Amino acid sequence: MSTIYILWLRQLKRYFRSKTRIIGSLGQPLLFLLALGFGFGPIFQRAGGGNYIQFLTPGIIAMSILFTALFSGIEIIWDRQFGFLKETLVAPVSRLQIMIGRTLGGATVASLQGVIVLLLSLLVGFRPVSMALLPMAFLFTVLIALLFTALGTTIASLLEDMQGFQLIMNFLVMPIFFLSGALFPLQGLPKGLIAVASVNPLSYGVDGLRGTLANGVHFGLTMDFLVLGVIVAILLVVGGYLFSKIQV
Amino acid sequence: MIQVKNLTKRFNDFTAVDNISLSVPDGEIFAFLGPNGAGKTTTIRMLTTLLHPTSGEMRLNGYDPVTDQNEARRSFGIVFQDPSLDEELTAYENMEFHGVLYKVPKDIRRGRVEQLLRFVELWDRKDDLVKHFSGGMKRRLEIARGLVHHPKILFLDEPTLGLDPQTRDHIWSYIKNLNKEERMTVFFTTHYMEEADRVAKQVAIIDKGKIVAQGSPQELKHQTNTSSLEDAFLALTGRAIREEEVGAIDHLRMHRRMRHR
Repeated sequence: MSTIYILWLRQLKRYFRSKTRIIGSLGQPLLFLLALGFGFGPIFQRAGGGNYIQFLTPGIIAMSILFTALFSGIEIIWDRQFGFLKETLVAPVSRLQIMIGRTLGGATVASLQGVIVLLLSLLVGFRPVSMALLPMAFLFTVLIALLFTALGTTIASLLEDMQGFQLIMNFLVMPIFFLSGALFPLQGLPKGLIAVASVNPLSYGVDGLRGTLANGVHFGLTMDFLVLGVIVAILLVVGGYLFSKIQV
Repeated sequence: MIQVKNLTKRFNDFTAVDNISLSVPDGEIFAFLGPNGAGKTTTIRMLTTLLHPTSGEMRLNGYDPVTDQNEARRSFGIVFQDPSLDEELTAYENMEFHGVLYKVPKDIRRGRVEQLLRFVELWDRKDDLVKHFSGGMKRRLEIARGLVHHPKILFLDEPTLGLDPQTRDHIWSYIKNLNKEERMTVFFTTHYMEEADRVAKQVAIIDKGKIVAQGSPQELKHQTNTSSLEDAFLALTGRAIREEEVGAIDHLRMHRRMRHR
């Protein structure tokens, strides 16, 4: 327990200490909200979609959780390069505990990030549809955060250095974000795109957040919850296994 | 305290450590020397549970680093060749992190962290982030950290690399002191032969994965008929400069060149 706690605490300390990282990671969602929100707002309205800021905000929250969570997971590569990983790996604690501590830490940071973006979106004009649903929205926030931190850990366990990082960014993170329904409704899209969105875990996260914060679901909240929950469980097991196999 | 028998590590077709055996008695300072790429760090990585051996046996404080990982891990502290501190944490937090991972009870941990930080003269910098420290300060902190759980064995992989003579002297005086007072077994590697000559009771020289000589610095000098350990080292391992981590093609080329010689 103490092992998991100290690893969790380390992630939080690192997060709160890098002010530039916090500001940097809030700038992007804010830009998306302002530029896309107000840019596409009138067209979206005219097309009968309603208020675009209301529609977009859950997607942008999901995006900021995705980025923060995945990077927290991938930080293991940094730790490997800066040598700190060895310090944890020679300690008399199980690898699984190390992986869980890190993942919880990363997921906490990513969830916080999601909450901050939600607060920022209030300034832009977003209004949650119901206070009673906020706890459920938070549950989805945590699930998305856990899922992508565990995914980041899994990927990082397979990579030796930061060489593959750009690859992951362009061929994994960006497609996950753009093909998730974060920016546009999934209804009425070409079949191929719908198929891709249906196997994209973030789609279910976005859907869950949209269903609890704004209006309208595509897959249904129960479905969202189940899919996210199952993938989180699988990734924790796979990530834990791969992490335990790391040799440095 | 440390026993190694017929230890071998192969990476694909490259044999990094080739059937080595050595034994370090309780409370001794042991120097493990060799040119770059000889297999020193690979051996330490296997002894410290970071890497699985291809074959052979090891015992640390009676425990097998492959099967009794956690018992073996509790028995040693290590200062790695490259830095391994979390630079975004303070000196104190790095120490505390280590203490918690090794399950040192809180009240004992507090006292020990303070004692060790005073010992390496970093107590007044304890709340500074490690990223603001100099190379020597980081090294001292790493040594202090390796001792928080009172290990029976201390591994030091080139602990004085890149440090000025003052800091090196400083660090060795701590280590000799610990060895004397706590009867801690010390296993270290270095490229500074005069350091090994001065500090180590026993020396093993490894070259191309094989141990080429073992004994006290005196014995090695005697054996090679030289006056310094540096000369003895050169006599035993040759004067050719080694390249660490050569690619597959370079490897072939090197072999070919050697055969033509």
